[in-house]
Parts: sequence; C-alpha cells; structure tokens
Amino acid sequence: MSAQPILELKNVHSGYGSIKALKDVSLKIYPGEVVAIIGANGAGKSTTLMTICGIVPLEKGDIFYNGASVKNIAPEKLPPLGLCQVPEGRRIFPRLTVEENLILGAFYRNDKPEIQRDIEHVYSLFPVLGERNRQKGGTLSGGEQQMLAIGRALMTKPKVLLLDEPSLGLAPIIIHQIFDIIADINRNQGTTILLVEQNANLALQAATRGYVLETGQITLEDKASSLLHNPEIRKAYLGE
Amino acid sequence: MDSFIQQLINGITLGGIYALIALGYTMVYGVIQLINFAHGEFFAAGGYVGVIFLSFFTGLGYMETHPILCLTASFALAMMYCAYLAIGVEKIAYKPLRKEARLAALLSALGVSIFLSNGLMLTQGVYDKAYPSELFQGGFSFGIITIGYLQVLIVCLTGALLVALNLLVFKTKIGMAMRATAQDKTMSALVAIGSNKIISLTFGIGAGLAAAAGIMVGLYYGSVRYDMGFLPGIKAFSAAVLGGIGNITGAMLGGLIIGMVEIFGAGYISGEYKDVFAFIILIGVLYFKPTGIMGENIDDTRV
Repeated sequence: MSAQPILELKNVHSGYGSIKALKDVSLKIYPGEVVAIIGANGAGKSTTLMTICGIVPLEKGDIFYNGASVKNIAPEKLPPLGLCQVPEGRRIFPRLTVEENLILGAFYRNDKPEIQRDIEHVYSLFPVLGERNRQKGGTLSGGEQQMLAIGRALMTKPKVLLLDEPSLGLAPIIIHQIFDIIADINRNQGTTILLVEQNANLALQAATRGYVLETGQITLEDKASSLLHNPEIRKAYLGE
Repeated sequence: MDSFIQQLINGITLGGIYALIALGYTMVYGVIQLINFAHGEFFAAGGYVGVIFLSFFTGLGYMETHPILCLTASFALAMMYCAYLAIGVEKIAYKPLRKEARLAALLSALGVSIFLSNGLMLTQGVYDKAYPSELFQGGFSFGIITIGYLQVLIVCLTGALLVALNLLVFKTKIGMAMRATAQDKTMSALVAIGSNKIISLTFGIGAGLAAAAGIMVGLYYGSVRYDMGFLPGIKAFSAAVLGGIGNITGAMLGGLIIGMVEIFGAGYISGEYKDVFAFIILIGVLYFKPTGIMGENIDDTRV
C-alpha cells in the first residue's frame, strides 16, 4: 500500500438544502484497494459517492483525488481524470442502444481505434452485451443493465471506480458473476474500487477494507475480514 | 384533380417551413423540458437578417452575378446570428432559472418573446420590409399546375436541413450526447458530458433552423414584419405537440400535417379560417392524445 491515498475525503459535510446527509465524513482510499462502505438504507452511502462526483454540493470539508482538491471541479470534468461512478439504479440511457451507451462512456476520448478495442473488451467481459449491442438499453434485464453500466464506466478508463449497490435487485447467480468481474477489474487492471452496498456480507467479502456509515457519520473503520467477524456488525448488518 | 396536386405542393412547402420551426420547440423541450415561447422570434429575426443581407447584396449587384453565393451567405449569416442570439437568450433568461419551478422559465420565455419582438419593431420599424422582388420569378408549368422555382428551392433546402439534422442527432457522437442529456443529465455528467454545452448547442441548432425558415417565408411571401414570428411560432408549436413534443421525427411529421391541413382547409373549406385549423388540431390533440402521434415512450426517435 503506497503512502498517499488516491482518493481522500476530509471532514466532508454535504446534503440537500436543509437536509444534512453527511456530517464530518473522512475516508482514505489507497491505490489498488477495494474499499466497501456499508450501512443501512438512508445512511448516506449514495450521497457520499454523489458528493465525490460533485453532483451533490459539498458544504464543508474537502475532497482530494491524486493529492489535488477536486471540490471546485465540475462533475463532467472528473471522468477524464480517471474518477468514474456507476450510480445506484445503473441509470442506463434507456433510448440509446447498448453500443451507444458504451460509446458515450468514451465521450471525452478521441482515440477511435482504441475505443473500438475497449468496446470489444467489454463484450468479452460480458458476452451478452455483444449479442444485444443493437438493442435499446431500456429493454435489457436488470442484470444486463448492471453489466452495461459497469462496461460504460470502464469505457472512461477509470483509475478509481465508484460502485453504488451493484447487487441491488439482482438474482444471486448474476450477483456472483458481477462481483467476479469487479474483482477481475481490480486485479487485472489495477483499478481502485470504492464499493457501496447494503448487502454487507457480499461487500465485505469482496473488499480489503471497510467503513461503516450510520446516519451520515463514519462509525467504524477496519479491515474487511475483521468487520466481517465483528459481533456488532454481524448483529446490525448481517442479520445475526 | 389539378388543383389538388397544386394544393399538395403548396402544402408540402408550407409544411416543411413549419417542420423547421417545430424542431426548435421539440429539441429544446426534449433537453430541458421548456416550451421556448421566444422561439418564433428567432424565426422573425432570421427573416430580417436575411432581407438585410439580400438587399445589401442586391444593391451591390452581386445578386445578378453570384446569386447562389449571395443566397448561401445570407442563409448562413442569418442562421449563425440566430443561433448565437438563442444561445445568449438561454444564458441570460433561462439558465439562472433552471433549478426553479418550470413555470418560471416559461414566463421568462414569454417575456423574452415580447422583448425580442419589440426590439425588432424599434430597430427595423413597424412596416413590412420587402424582400428583393426579382428573386426566383417563374417556375415549372405542367398544364395548370405551377411549381415555382422558389418552391423547389424551399422544399430542397428544407429536405437537406432535415436530413442533416437527423444525421447529426442519430449518427454522430455529439447527437448521441444530446439524446443522453435529454434522457438523464446527472448520468451524462458522470460520463463527462457537460450539459451546459449540449443545451447551448440545442438552442443554437433550433434557432438556426428557425432562421432558415424565416428567410424562406420572406422569399415566399415577399416581405417580413416584426411580428411575423407569433403566428407561425404557435402553429409550429402545435405541430410539435401534434407530433409528440420532444420527438424529432414527430415534429417533422407534425409540421407537414399542419401545413397540409392549413392549405387544404383554406382551399376547400374557407380561406378566412386558414389560421384556425392548426389550433383546432392543437386542441384536439391535447384533448384526445396529449402525447401526440409519436409521443413519449412509444418510439425511440425521441431526442
């Protein structure tokens, strides 16, 4: 683990108008890690990712990416820097085809032959997307949409990939397939991953480290394996 | 039968012009869900910029020697002027209201419409301004059917613009980004698409098409007037609603239908009611099928 975090949140406060969703959140993510944020519904997990991406305005504190503050950078300027999010609910462009969705992942890139190669790479990770490349995104099943959302994010060539609830609403077999791919992306491409999950068991098995978020505050930080065996966590999040 | 064909040709000409204007309404609505009531004024401004340059070129005598060049330059300058005018209007009058209730921007649009129309009146006068009259006299005659050279020009140019727009929106990366922005602005930002640029582009393209329509109307009817944007503006709006607001193919189809209905209504029912037909259609569509012909979620040609 290198000394400098690739992504760091320092005493971040953010929210929606009068609703304060995050209160003094600090996180450090090091290059090559898979970090999980677990917590109940409404704890502020998605808000954390949306604040990192500049969609939810930062009220106090600062966010550093690669050592530089990104708090004043417009959301659309972040993917070219290597920071990309797969948001909750996948948010596939429903009336664009699978291939168009992927091409838009590479919107800021101009290296046509390489974009084509990356599309082929996504199709090799998720063969079903290749079979359905002319189909509208909105007609795909939930699992296929999640695959497309991850594929689209890969097209931005992320150094840090933020994943929001990739398991939500999917069948167990699909979840396993998707988490295998996530592990693969981390291992083979060295992509750092910040994973947000309600399914704590799944997230902590995939992660190296984890944070527990409760009503907008970080209450615990530990190695994923330790969290997995922490009796309180097991009681609160793993249904024991 | 001959008069039917004649009417059909006139209907296509007028319908194409409505289609060009309707596209601006529908594209802007598709991207920011705003009915841009100032859109008709871009059409009028285009007509004026066109007459100014065409008169200028005619005065210099270039119109005799290089008619195509003069015409192309006038179209290009008018379209560019209106595109930048629309982009400016969006930045000043709509962008600050983007996070407010939708009614705020709508009222702002009405205000801009009055402002631009009065601006045109104060700078260009209250009287009709005549287009150089010697342009495009005559036409092809088949028995008693006449197709004016001007009609041929209008239909061809309209067709070319519609094809170009379709290619842009459905075949290029920037068109893809426009459609993505219309569908989900947050997600677009997460894949590095800046919505401000796309919104400006949408306004610019819509106003450019309206400006082209403005020159065509000026050429076709021989003159322009400061308040000429109002009636074609709301007729084109009716066309956009008829086609399904937000849907590009729908706007083209709606424009054509409104143009046809107007010409045939005037020809076979009564010329005095010519302006009424578009609004009967508007009311009918809103009453029976508010989503229009190609309304939302039915077809994928929505922006």
